[in-house]
Amino acid sequence: MSAAKSHLEILPRGLQVALLLGLLALAAFPFFGTDFYASMVARMMILAIFAMSLDLLQGVTGLVSLGHAAFFGLAGYALAFLTPAGEPASLWWTLPAAVAAAGLAALVIGFFVVRTHGIYFIMVTMAFAQMVFYLFFDNKALGGSDGIYINFKPHAALFDLENRLVFYYFTLAVLVAVYLFLRRLLWSPFGRVLAGIRVNEHRMRAMGYGTFGYKLAAFTLAGALAGLAGYLWGAQTGFINPELMGFHMSAHAIMMVILGGMGNFAGAIVGAFAFEYLLHLFKDLPDIGAFRAGKHWQLWMGLFIVGVVLFAPRGLLGLAAGLLRRKEADHE
Amino acid sequence: MDLANFLIQLLNSVQYGLLLFMLAAGLTLIFGIMGVVNLAHGSFYMLGAYLAWFLSSRSGSLTLAIAGGAVLAVLFGLLLERLLFRHFYQRDHLDQVLLTFGLIYIFEEMRSMLWGDDVHGVSIPAALSASIPLTDNLSYPVYRLFMSGVCIALAIGLYLLISRTRLGMKIRAGAFNRDMTEALGVNIKRIHAIVFAIGVALATVAGMIASPISSVYPNMGSQVLIMCFVVVVIGGIGSVRGALIAALLVGAVDTFGKVLLPAVSGMLVYMLMAAVLLWKPEGLFKQ
Repeated sequence: MSAAKSHLEILPRGLQVALLLGLLALAAFPFFGTDFYASMVARMMILAIFAMSLDLLQGVTGLVSLGHAAFFGLAGYALAFLTPAGEPASLWWTLPAAVAAAGLAALVIGFFVVRTHGIYFIMVTMAFAQMVFYLFFDNKALGGSDGIYINFKPHAALFDLENRLVFYYFTLAVLVAVYLFLRRLLWSPFGRVLAGIRVNEHRMRAMGYGTFGYKLAAFTLAGALAGLAGYLWGAQTGFINPELMGFHMSAHAIMMVILGGMGNFAGAIVGAFAFEYLLHLFKDLPDIGAFRAGKHWQLWMGLFIVGVVLFAPRGLLGLAAGLLRRKEADHE
Repeated sequence: MDLANFLIQLLNSVQYGLLLFMLAAGLTLIFGIMGVVNLAHGSFYMLGAYLAWFLSSRSGSLTLAIAGGAVLAVLFGLLLERLLFRHFYQRDHLDQVLLTFGLIYIFEEMRSMLWGDDVHGVSIPAALSASIPLTDNLSYPVYRLFMSGVCIALAIGLYLLISRTRLGMKIRAGAFNRDMTEALGVNIKRIHAIVFAIGVALATVAGMIASPISSVYPNMGSQVLIMCFVVVVIGGIGSVRGALIAALLVGAVDTFGKVLLPAVSGMLVYMLMAAVLLWKPEGLFKQ
């Protein structure tokens, strides 16, 4: 249903260079930015991983999930439960365990939701995420509505995440690894089948592909990668609560993917950075007389979202790619 | 649970189910006929509740507030349809999801700017504040019966409108084949505006009549929206009859779940939904 919009699979050369420069800037950032901004950028990178995981469903396979935050939050909770009260947990086994927990939940939920289509899929994913939300919200044993503190960041020989710089570069490495993995996947036979499902699922079935299995695999993988982001989020903030699995968090992920541009994982990264930056900007707006503009950030965010839908449905990368292509055409 | 207690829970579950039906009917009607998924539907419920509180605290009469509020809300809905929704009927669902998600933010913040973030109570009109005794120490409030009555009256009205009137015929024809209906000389734009207004009116009235028993608070819209989704998914998208049966089912599971299985009551309706999906992936009454 979004086939027409996501032809960003291949970016113009100029944009690829710009993105590579962006990566270099990220690598150099901790040496120039303050601690405050470095931890903000680390948070943006975590959300970028989350947004990329959703783009595998939304931009590549054409499945818009309004419940993706469930897997993000579940992995954060997994870290919280696996961290002992008085000492840090080992990164080596809590990370795979949290990712596996999110992936397993995605497999089970995926079994139900992948059978549905289009608008149904949107509603059903949202409802299942809500079910997970209430499981934690209603149960004091799982932290209830107050959430749980994670007192120690996970740690392993070289990777003591308690160290800010180590955490930053660890997150950057995960970001790059997930990006490369997903790009590789996009151009693999598996990725081509997913793209085929987005364009025309009936035709793929007619050609003999078991689309249910492919979609379930994509949903599970996307859930596991969202878990990877959720684990890092839990480690960074040291706190996890049901809101992280809520409707707004899921909708924000969709927004990030759209804002950057769907179908190219770099778009999800750009979108996550842009969205978080705007959020920061809106919350910091100065007062205008008695009018507290920053307090009403939701209004600006809402107007901005409506504006994007109306005027830039292909996202920032789509916009830039369009401009570059026009320029190239002028030269010829 | 003795008989009187059971009766009370049963009445409560029907009342909650009927309230959900009013919301889900609008949601599924707008989707079935215009193909628009409206995440901001819950915001109209919230708007109704706030209007009921605001107007009744100013005028002193809930009846007056409901009448005035319904007119205001429908005008607001028609304006929104003309300015925004009209341009999204033919666009893909993702755009609609985003647009209406943006609207949720805008409505929430405007509510906060206009009416603040406090929780408000609305008092039940004197004429409806009595209780009917069931046994020596159990009684049932008249207002809840009144709520169910309003919902049933509106449901019957909606049914008659769609199945028995000329306008209803045009609505059904438009949902079946938009272009053909237009070619036959029906002003489909006006039909869509009317359907949208009906949906808005149902959600707003639901919010207004629910305000005395649920109180009026921020974010009340999102909670109810998710329940509506569950109802629509169970009932089958676009089916008003499906929405009625699913709403009553959800009302019963939720109400009895809270009494019988309090530990997992928050999840029960979602389990119901999962079970229905396993059995019928398109809902009970797919059109």
